[in-house]
Amino acid sequence: MDFTSILRIALRALARNKMRSILTMLGIIIGVGAVIATVGVGQGAQQQVQNNIASMGTNLVFVSAGSVNRGGLRLGGGATKTLTYDDMKAIVQESPAVASAAPGSSASAQVVFDNNNWYTRVNGTEPQYFDIRSWPMASGTSFTGDDVRTAADVAVLGETVRQNLFGSADPAGQTIRIGNLPFQVVGVLAAKGQSGMGADQDDAIYVPITTLQKKITGQPWLQYIVVSAVSQQASYAAQEQITALLRDRHRIRPGQDDDFQVRNLADVAQLADQSSRIMTLLLASIASVSLIVGGIGIMNIMLVSVTERTREIGIRVAIGAQEADVLKQFLSEAVVMSVIGGAIGILVGAGSSLGISHLLHWPISISPLAVVAAAVFSTMVGIFFGYYPARKAAQLDPIEALRFE
Amino acid sequence: MATLLQPALRTASAAEVQPVIRVEDVHKYYDLGETKVHALRGVNLEIAPGEFVAIMGASGSGKSTFMNLLGCLDTPSSGHYYLEGVDVAQLGKKELASIRNRKLGFVFQGFNLLARTTALENVELPTLYARLPKEERLERAKRALEMVGLGERMEHFPSQLSGGQQQRVAIARALVNRPSILLADEPTGNLDSRTSVEIMQIFQDLNDQGLTVVLVTHEADIAHYARRSIVFRDGKIRRDEPVMNRPEAAEVLRTLPTLED
Repeated sequence: MDFTSILRIALRALARNKMRSILTMLGIIIGVGAVIATVGVGQGAQQQVQNNIASMGTNLVFVSAGSVNRGGLRLGGGATKTLTYDDMKAIVQESPAVASAAPGSSASAQVVFDNNNWYTRVNGTEPQYFDIRSWPMASGTSFTGDDVRTAADVAVLGETVRQNLFGSADPAGQTIRIGNLPFQVVGVLAAKGQSGMGADQDDAIYVPITTLQKKITGQPWLQYIVVSAVSQQASYAAQEQITALLRDRHRIRPGQDDDFQVRNLADVAQLADQSSRIMTLLLASIASVSLIVGGIGIMNIMLVSVTERTREIGIRVAIGAQEADVLKQFLSEAVVMSVIGGAIGILVGAGSSLGISHLLHWPISISPLAVVAAAVFSTMVGIFFGYYPARKAAQLDPIEALRFE
Repeated sequence: MATLLQPALRTASAAEVQPVIRVEDVHKYYDLGETKVHALRGVNLEIAPGEFVAIMGASGSGKSTFMNLLGCLDTPSSGHYYLEGVDVAQLGKKELASIRNRKLGFVFQGFNLLARTTALENVELPTLYARLPKEERLERAKRALEMVGLGERMEHFPSQLSGGQQQRVAIARALVNRPSILLADEPTGNLDSRTSVEIMQIFQDLNDQGLTVVLVTHEADIAHYARRSIVFRDGKIRRDEPVMNRPEAAEVLRTLPTLED
């Protein structure tokens, strides 16, 4: 029999038991829909994590003052005083994989404006810091190189700090107090959101590094250096070059621990990416269980259908249907159900993942691969679970079948 | 009507013509676990093209088993069955299905039409399995239905047709692939007497045009419409004789009161 005749007969048979066919398809619809939706949402989440990491600045290498081992007493990270401004200059000058670097130190402090006050992190750095972290100003400007040279009392606010101190008021040119010192607000940073680790990056104030060192902490050393490599691939080379350079500058003998840490954000990105990928895979595999359950539903209904239609099968065989004809007929019913169910499931799954993405403000991600895989998989489910009942139908003894009431 | 059938064959004398059915010493056993049923015990039979044979017998006489063998729904346990010279006992399932499709036409007691499928589609079904092109399938199915007088009811479902009409659809279906033999298993068993005679009239007409008809029945007055009657008992042929005083169904119908269906 030609393809269109088979399809027509299958559709007609399914239309005869509409409710039953729809309920059977529902199993596949839910299965495919769940796969598409979980993969879609999972990939949206993955995309979101990647965006977060990208928002920390691309090609970023983070050098922080490390722990130190003094006569068996190990102090925590940031305890050393060996990381200096000169280290930073050396890194920029001597490491070919490094594009630029900015020094950093910070202290926590109470900041006050008018009747509002807020406890936040005050960071000292240089203007290039904002470029390295690809962090634009929402309003105003960054402090300048001159401000750094003169240790000017100027501050750039993070969005969270601005909200807490100023609310709806305009902070430009206003004077705030950090501890007891008055600072003039020159700019407000654009909102950056949470970091890859979940910390609020906007809850910070930035001042010139010299101002922080001289007027707030009184510590001449650095807590960290933020470095941008010339490219993402170069970030590993930058990491190695910086490590070698700093060990040399700090006169650390082979076998001794570093007194600093060099972290590559590509590693962090990879880790976060991997964990969300595993999550997606896990969800998708749970969802595909429901697809298999849907397939069992098809098999169940097809077995019932074969029994009910024993006489019809007998008639068809008696008037000359080949075994292959009967097999194709019942197999095509199962496959038509699973394919239609799969198609509706793709729409339902795509719709719900769009809805979820919209609700969570995640990037929309409907994976074409998942759609193709779900379509292929649902067809295969139809063939796999339809084959046994169809074969049972094809092998019926026509004499017995014709006698069946 | 004649255009649908093969050229009339019964004008040739039986001596020169190969029998359409030749059965040689056929036995059939059914193994039902503990008991073994010997349904056919050595049946020999020849049917020439263009014959109209009625097979009679009580239930359990083996006539249904024999019918299933003739219809290629079953194969003999031993012996030979030559259908147009081909030994059917040697054929596989595929070839048997093909023979049922192209050489045999079945008419059953219970009509056996597909429910919720129009008369036209029911009749078209064998042509579908014969893999004929779509235009020819439709053309043949329409012609077959017109032949049995149902040209006006092609789009009706079996449930919308009377018993006699349903059986005529079944006959049209049996004829649509232009078979050599029409096999009818108790075709009038579910019909009232007038409708039965109408069906027999169709069979007689078809036979007059050269179609070989084999009819299984347990009603003697139905068997009378055939030209030759064979009686089965205990798995063997007990009697095989030409029918005397064969009535013409068309004549009988004229004497019966007309009840419109």
